[in-house]
Amino acid sequence: MDITQYTFYEQAILFIAALVVFTSFLMLAQRSLFGLIYVFAWQGLMVSMTTALSAYVTQFHHLYVSALITLVLKAILIPLMLHRLIIRLDIHREVETVLYPAYTMTAAAALVMFSYYVVLPIEQLSSLATRNTIAVSLAVVLLGMLLMISRRQAVTHVVGFMSIENGLFFAAVASTQGMPMVVELGIAFDVLVAAVLFGVFFFHIRSSIDSLDVDQLNRLSEVER
Amino acid sequence: MDWILAFLETVLFASLAPLLAGWIKWVKCRLQNRKAPSLVQPYRELAKLFRKQPVVADSASWLFEFAPYVVFASAVLSAAIVPFVAAHMPTSAIADIIVLVGFFALGRFFLALAGMDVGTAFGGMGSSREMTIASLAEPAMLMAVFTLAMSASTTNLSTAIDYVLNSGLVLRPSFIFALAGLLLVAVAETGRIPVDNPATHLELTMIHEAMILEYSGRHLAFIEWASQIRLMLYGVLIANIFLPWGIAHDFSPQEMGYGFLAIMAKLLVLGIILPVCETLFAKMRLFRVPEFLGFAYLLSLLGMLSHIILEVGN
Repeated sequence: MDITQYTFYEQAILFIAALVVFTSFLMLAQRSLFGLIYVFAWQGLMVSMTTALSAYVTQFHHLYVSALITLVLKAILIPLMLHRLIIRLDIHREVETVLYPAYTMTAAAALVMFSYYVVLPIEQLSSLATRNTIAVSLAVVLLGMLLMISRRQAVTHVVGFMSIENGLFFAAVASTQGMPMVVELGIAFDVLVAAVLFGVFFFHIRSSIDSLDVDQLNRLSEVER
Repeated sequence: MDWILAFLETVLFASLAPLLAGWIKWVKCRLQNRKAPSLVQPYRELAKLFRKQPVVADSASWLFEFAPYVVFASAVLSAAIVPFVAAHMPTSAIADIIVLVGFFALGRFFLALAGMDVGTAFGGMGSSREMTIASLAEPAMLMAVFTLAMSASTTNLSTAIDYVLNSGLVLRPSFIFALAGLLLVAVAETGRIPVDNPATHLELTMIHEAMILEYSGRHLAFIEWASQIRLMLYGVLIANIFLPWGIAHDFSPQEMGYGFLAIMAKLLVLGIILPVCETLFAKMRLFRVPEFLGFAYLLSLLGMLSHIILEVGN
């Protein structure tokens, strides 16, 4: 089906889905930690908006609840917690070096194409208007992984992990109109608990290796050589 | 008859280009709390330059005197291709958007050669910078153009405009990404802030000005005029492709009148947006420009990808 045949709300879903991928790209290019967290908050907001829009289009009212949970958790609570953590860890002036930005971006674009080809047969099975966005959600998952691979800062890894979760949630909404409420609530609290645990973990990492650069975890011995 | 109209339209395009430059300068001055020069100041400056005797360096070859004419001719020819007041002019039927990109490249090529011709340090420096920027901006522009061409299944500008008009108001992610990419390319290619500052002759930062430093008299006038036409070309291209509403479809005086008013209104708005952005941003370091253009390319690429992934049914 061509985009001209969709209703305006369905076009809006597709448009915001494209913006979600765009925020993933922005995260890959972002150097400052605060910038990364703001972009992550925007991504959460957009995922929540697409959920609310597909609730409106398909008239599945339980999706409104999912949208609300996503909005509160991913767009407000977790970014706020990470923001406070960065200030308390006193790393808000740190600028992370992005290794090989051009290669990372090329790899990211290649991942988007790859996820499109992978998802192509799955899309045939679905009859929803949002089925085209399944490729987008897989791309968000893969780009989150790329973010975790290409960076060294522990906070960035957490943001990458949360962004993967965004992608999975988006996939659930796009392909099956959301998960059962119990599963969804469970995942939401899991993510929240994970965010809290990561916060505690940051302090542990820092007190043991005196930095949040995970490359320093490669060394096994405690004696400097 | 159609050809006469197309000719008149091109003449109108070329003669209005300095006015747009004057308008942008006026808005920018007002935004920065300065007293603005009159709107016709660019015309006066062009007239002054045309009256003056051109001075050519001893070491200059024939290329140096030849280049301004090529630059100006390529700008005017591109102005003939782009639908300005009306779509389906005979000139827009014989050349498509890839030819347009080619004309841009032709003008730039000769300008870069002329910059190196005299052998001064500044000219060579400007040419090398211009070519660096051009080689990064061109793929981004082509990618944005291909996104449009894939949606409309044509590279002809008039047909593409028809397609956009016929499908009505559709929220296309690909068009919005392509528009954003094209805007960034336009900023880089026309040498505006944050890529280049058209109002300064500071040695370390200038790009376009460094290449034309040796020019004077009517040669300089032709180059200045060509760059004003090019600025307007990007404005018209962006306004008429992405927001084609109001463009004339037949050549009746009434339609043409409406079409003219519509494009003038669009350019008026663009001529406010550009100075506002220029006032908000500072000029970036030269070594940041590849990142800026890489971002433009990324936007255009995302436009293409979102067209394939989201917009086409399978």
